[in-house]
Amino acid sequence: MQDLGIRVLIEGNNLYRLMGGLLVTVKIALISVIISIIFGIPFGIVMTSKNKLLRLVCRAYLEAVRIIPVMVWLFIFYFGVPKLTGIHLAGDVVSVIVFSIWGTAEMGDLVRGAVTSLPKHQKESGKAIGLTNVQIYRYIIIPQSVRRLLPATINLVTRMIKTTSLVVLIGVVEVLKVGQQVIESFVLQSPSASFWVYGFIFFLYFIICYPISIFSKKLELRWKE
Amino acid sequence: MDIDFILEISSLYLEAGKFTLKLAFIGIILSLLIGIFCSLVNYYKVKFLKKIVNWYIELSRNTPLLIQLFFLYYGLPKVGIKLGAFTCAVIGLAFLGGSYMAEAFRGGLEAVSKAQIEAGLSLGLTKAQVTRYIIFPQALAVSIPSIGANAIFIIKETSIVSAISLKDLMFVTKDIIGIYYKTNEALLMLVVAYLIILLPLSLLLTYVERRLRYAGFGN
Repeated sequence: MQDLGIRVLIEGNNLYRLMGGLLVTVKIALISVIISIIFGIPFGIVMTSKNKLLRLVCRAYLEAVRIIPVMVWLFIFYFGVPKLTGIHLAGDVVSVIVFSIWGTAEMGDLVRGAVTSLPKHQKESGKAIGLTNVQIYRYIIIPQSVRRLLPATINLVTRMIKTTSLVVLIGVVEVLKVGQQVIESFVLQSPSASFWVYGFIFFLYFIICYPISIFSKKLELRWKE
Repeated sequence: MDIDFILEISSLYLEAGKFTLKLAFIGIILSLLIGIFCSLVNYYKVKFLKKIVNWYIELSRNTPLLIQLFFLYYGLPKVGIKLGAFTCAVIGLAFLGGSYMAEAFRGGLEAVSKAQIEAGLSLGLTKAQVTRYIIFPQALAVSIPSIGANAIFIIKETSIVSAISLKDLMFVTKDIIGIYYKTNEALLMLVVAYLIILLPLSLLLTYVERRLRYAGFGN
């Protein structure tokens, strides 16, 4: 019956299963973000280098990752790579690889933006007082960039969580897939289950992403001065 | 790589590409309208509407399109609201894109200096005229780069509508892989199709961005 539909969420261990599904998505997102940060920071610094060839290569990587939709990258790695190389990867491994590649590019661009937005005299003063290049980065560039970088990085986390919802389309069993299973097994008892289950998943994503994006906005405002 | 096969399937991709473009075009236009409306509501701080608009923006920015589509397409019919797949996709794209466009437009509105508005008012223009002839054109020009970036974003987002069984580029690719098992050819065509759509747009955007920086509007 209509008014009983919402009960599908608390029936049996459904809620527990849905949360478990959500955890899969969040895990993929977090692992990818960590890898992206580890590779993205050096990538971004390399992008600011004076070497034209190096910059061109980085630029090409960034644009290639950006211009093709993430969904297409997932398809390439999930269907194309096994065919070309004979290596079969599970959906969640493919997701982590693709999201790390994507995240590294995005993170790199954020780092590049933060580093180049620093006034030139900062670096030059460092040189003038005889610091080495490493010291300039360690004591001058990085501490100042982090303030500009952190809000955008936190924003990247929400983008990552939102985009990892796509992994269901390459067969990873995450919250949406669990939702489908729940709906299918309750199709007779509660025909309106899909409204409540999908509505609930919608709400779950909001509950996760909203506080994070508020936090990032607050941080940005506070560090503006 | 099977060239004959690629030629054979290229008509399918052409068809799907047209569909993707059509969907994206409608999505972009609707997003622009929603975005302009929302940013104007926020700009003039319209009392009651402002709250609704802000909730809408937060809701749309913090949920993925795929979940929105699933809710619209599979969830809503159960409570009596039946929508076609295409309508769902359009609503989803507009719902998502609207908040991004609003954000882009907000930046433009904030860039219009107060002196401009005051000058308009002192000439005896009404508030509506000031909005229409002074604020709007300048704000639009400033926000064009971000509007363009959002348009590209929306085109890329259309790549997930195959999840509600619309026959776009992804759908055709999955079909060909499933039926003929010609994975490499299908994926190559997929990438080529997206590059044909997105590369010129992205280059155009870079060009426009560079030109607009010269304009500078009296700064």
